[in-house]
Amino acid sequence: MTTYSTNHQPGLSPAGVTRRARWGEWLDRHSGTFFIAPCATLILIFAIFPTIYSIFFAVSRVRFTGDGLKFRYVGFRNFSKQFFGSSEVHFLGRTDPVSLFGYAVFAAIVVVVLVWLWRSRKITTWVGMIGRTISAAMAIFLSWILCASLLSGNSIGTLYTTLFYVIVGCSLQFVIGTGLAFLCSQPISGKNFFRVIFFIPLMITPLGVGYAMRMVADVTKGPFEPLLTLLGLSDWVWSVDAWSARFVMMVGDSWQWIPFIFICMLAALENIPRDHVEAAQVDGASSIQIFREITWPQVLPVAVTVLLIRMIEAFKIVDLPNIMTGGGPGSATESMTLHSMYIWRANDLGSSAAIAYLLLILTVVVCASFFNYVVLGQLRKAKA
Amino acid sequence: MFRKHLTALSVSAAALGIAAAPAVAQDFSGVTIDILTRPGYVIAGRLAERGKEFEEMTGAKVVVTEVPFAEIFPKIQNDWATGTNSIDVGVFAAGWGVELDAAGLLEDLDPYVAADDKIDLDDIAPYFREFGQKVGGKTKLLMVDGDFQMVYYRTDVLGAAGLEPPKTWEEYLDVASKIHGQDMNGDGEADYGSCIFKKRNAQSYFAIQTFAAPIVQTQGTAQGFHFDNSTMAPLVNNAGWKKAFELYKATGEFGPPEELNMDIGDTRALFKAGRCGLIVEWGDPGTLQLDEDASAIKGKMFAISAIGSTEVLDRETGELVPVTTENAPYSVDGINYSPFAAFGGWAGAINKKADQATKDASYAFLSYMNQAAQSGVDVTIGATGYNPYRISQLASTDLWVEAGMPQELADNYLGAINAAIDNLNMSSDMKIPGAQQYTAVVLDTQLARYLADEITVDEALANIEEGWEEITEDFGRDEQVAAQGLALGN
Repeated sequence: MTTYSTNHQPGLSPAGVTRRARWGEWLDRHSGTFFIAPCATLILIFAIFPTIYSIFFAVSRVRFTGDGLKFRYVGFRNFSKQFFGSSEVHFLGRTDPVSLFGYAVFAAIVVVVLVWLWRSRKITTWVGMIGRTISAAMAIFLSWILCASLLSGNSIGTLYTTLFYVIVGCSLQFVIGTGLAFLCSQPISGKNFFRVIFFIPLMITPLGVGYAMRMVADVTKGPFEPLLTLLGLSDWVWSVDAWSARFVMMVGDSWQWIPFIFICMLAALENIPRDHVEAAQVDGASSIQIFREITWPQVLPVAVTVLLIRMIEAFKIVDLPNIMTGGGPGSATESMTLHSMYIWRANDLGSSAAIAYLLLILTVVVCASFFNYVVLGQLRKAKA
Repeated sequence: MFRKHLTALSVSAAALGIAAAPAVAQDFSGVTIDILTRPGYVIAGRLAERGKEFEEMTGAKVVVTEVPFAEIFPKIQNDWATGTNSIDVGVFAAGWGVELDAAGLLEDLDPYVAADDKIDLDDIAPYFREFGQKVGGKTKLLMVDGDFQMVYYRTDVLGAAGLEPPKTWEEYLDVASKIHGQDMNGDGEADYGSCIFKKRNAQSYFAIQTFAAPIVQTQGTAQGFHFDNSTMAPLVNNAGWKKAFELYKATGEFGPPEELNMDIGDTRALFKAGRCGLIVEWGDPGTLQLDEDASAIKGKMFAISAIGSTEVLDRETGELVPVTTENAPYSVDGINYSPFAAFGGWAGAINKKADQATKDASYAFLSYMNQAAQSGVDVTIGATGYNPYRISQLASTDLWVEAGMPQELADNYLGAINAAIDNLNMSSDMKIPGAQQYTAVVLDTQLARYLADEITVDEALANIEEGWEEITEDFGRDEQVAAQGLALGN
């Protein structure tokens, strides 16, 4: 019987293929992993790990000692005091007494949400039902707080102040930003100049915007002082009234972020094939018809995606209220991020982390709901 | 002009020091002292200027880093507790030292003091020496500033209106109402009866304690006015604090319309422009009115060491009762006074984990700042933010008159501070672990919400009580009882 060794033989590789070539081929096959590895590692280090680590903070009382940080497990106390403890009114707002109007609106919302959930069972999978149940629970919770606080004539807390910035602020920014983009996409003279002007606020640091807005909004020395005097509003002080302070904050935020909506929507509008519009014009369609039937459907996927990105960003608003009012008057302009920051500044890291997690849950549920029920819906409609 | 004045005083002081003996004799070449404190020229500016002098004398480089007021404490605590140790010296409120020391983060300065023949601790006023600089009986900080909150009034405005300076908070409101709307600086515009910094997340929570102290504390400094010292049950949800909250809010009727959004920088700009008839402030206006930009009020803002109350809290019933010599033994003419040592003064502490050469240089620098030759000059300059804390600075008006203060104002100013320091019912700022959370977060937030009409006074006080209880539970009730005892000298 003849025996032989397979050592130092080319093995299963095709004839003529060298070790170097095989190494190159292996690298090619795994290039995706290699390219993404640095990014994944960075995300793990700077995003995932801190997020997981902060869970320990959220369920602990953290003490600073000469030997470093000492954690004492306190369960969900840091969370529960936001809903039932000393921070309840601060976080949720005043929810007592609830008006009849508040009860009625809440009941109507609950019915609508439950009907929507009941109908969903026929059109979605069980995984989808879990998602929709979470969305429904969040909608009912937020509705209750809204009805018991604002709609009952009570003050709102940091939760709804944040949602005010997100819902009202983003809507306003979207409408104005899209309108400006539409104007600049038209063949008007000087549009390049306006494009640059409209884009400038986005390039300014939020702290700079805060200080600039504080000066602009100064009712005694600011540029609008003569106008206010002329209108007989020389005694009006926006910073001591809750809603006017929130409104001024929203104006400042909008001034900075409208350019973001503007630039994205402008790009979308300019990518619409001209032949579609020209064909419609030839067919005698009016400008409104062209916008409604051709322009808007084509920019809709971009529009809802831009709105989603802007909403995620708006949930984190902190610079403007911190600079302009310190969260005041009272806590009227304090967002959840600022609420968390102020507590963190007193080294109550546990409560600060708990509020950060509540914000994370709120952001994820609201934005995921918006994505699933609005963005995806519009994308499907656009494809159809 | 001001800079020249400053330089001249500094040179004079330095010359005096050199003639007597070198303030610092050691050689610290190659050592860098990293100091963290508040932003702006106030406090930080003088540290940097003295740092340059110190560098010339010893070779040690002094680097002063400034952060927003609200971030000083957490940054220092974080830096020292986590072992980052980028800060060698923290200059902050003397009362904050307790929490840092409880965590074992502060260098014991007693051995350094024992070997220091320049510092002359006996010259430091007893309150600042025993309660400001010491924690648990050991020297852990060195003062650069002494703080009391007082009331200042415009002598010309009250004089013209035929009004006497207020003695109680009700009189304060009465005087404010009568002068509110007058043109106090001749610019043709109506000015304000009262100016108090009420912005949230600034220093409003100190002012409210100035209002509450004479109503709640009657039995001397050791009694305190925040807690039942034996149980640490909050002493805030009662008629005494309620009255303080209501009085504090009522001052807003006679203040600037945007008062709720004004911090201390804003109110200082107003009173220096001559727009305020009454103010609640620390010792700074005494010297700030000598600044060039305060010509409208120079020599016109006199101090009152404390505003009192004709009613005090009966701690058993939680209700207010008229002042008597039995329930308020330190009262005068039926009025209970309790000057509030708000903030306690700025003081420097050294990181225990710094290397020995840095600690030696840091102590030498803090001692240099604290010594009478330097601090005697610094406290007479309004812009430094430093107020007197040495007996030699308070015993004679000579120092102040030489610095440009009119004799009559100097008499009044030192008289008010001495009266505050000597008052046996003086109230101490909170000096227990978590003091920042108790006051700067919980008290400040609820006060701001009440001032903005978001909640009622009863809700605010109930929330504070609940919030303080949560903090006490977090830190440990027994530990807090012990800390409170130490803080109040019981």
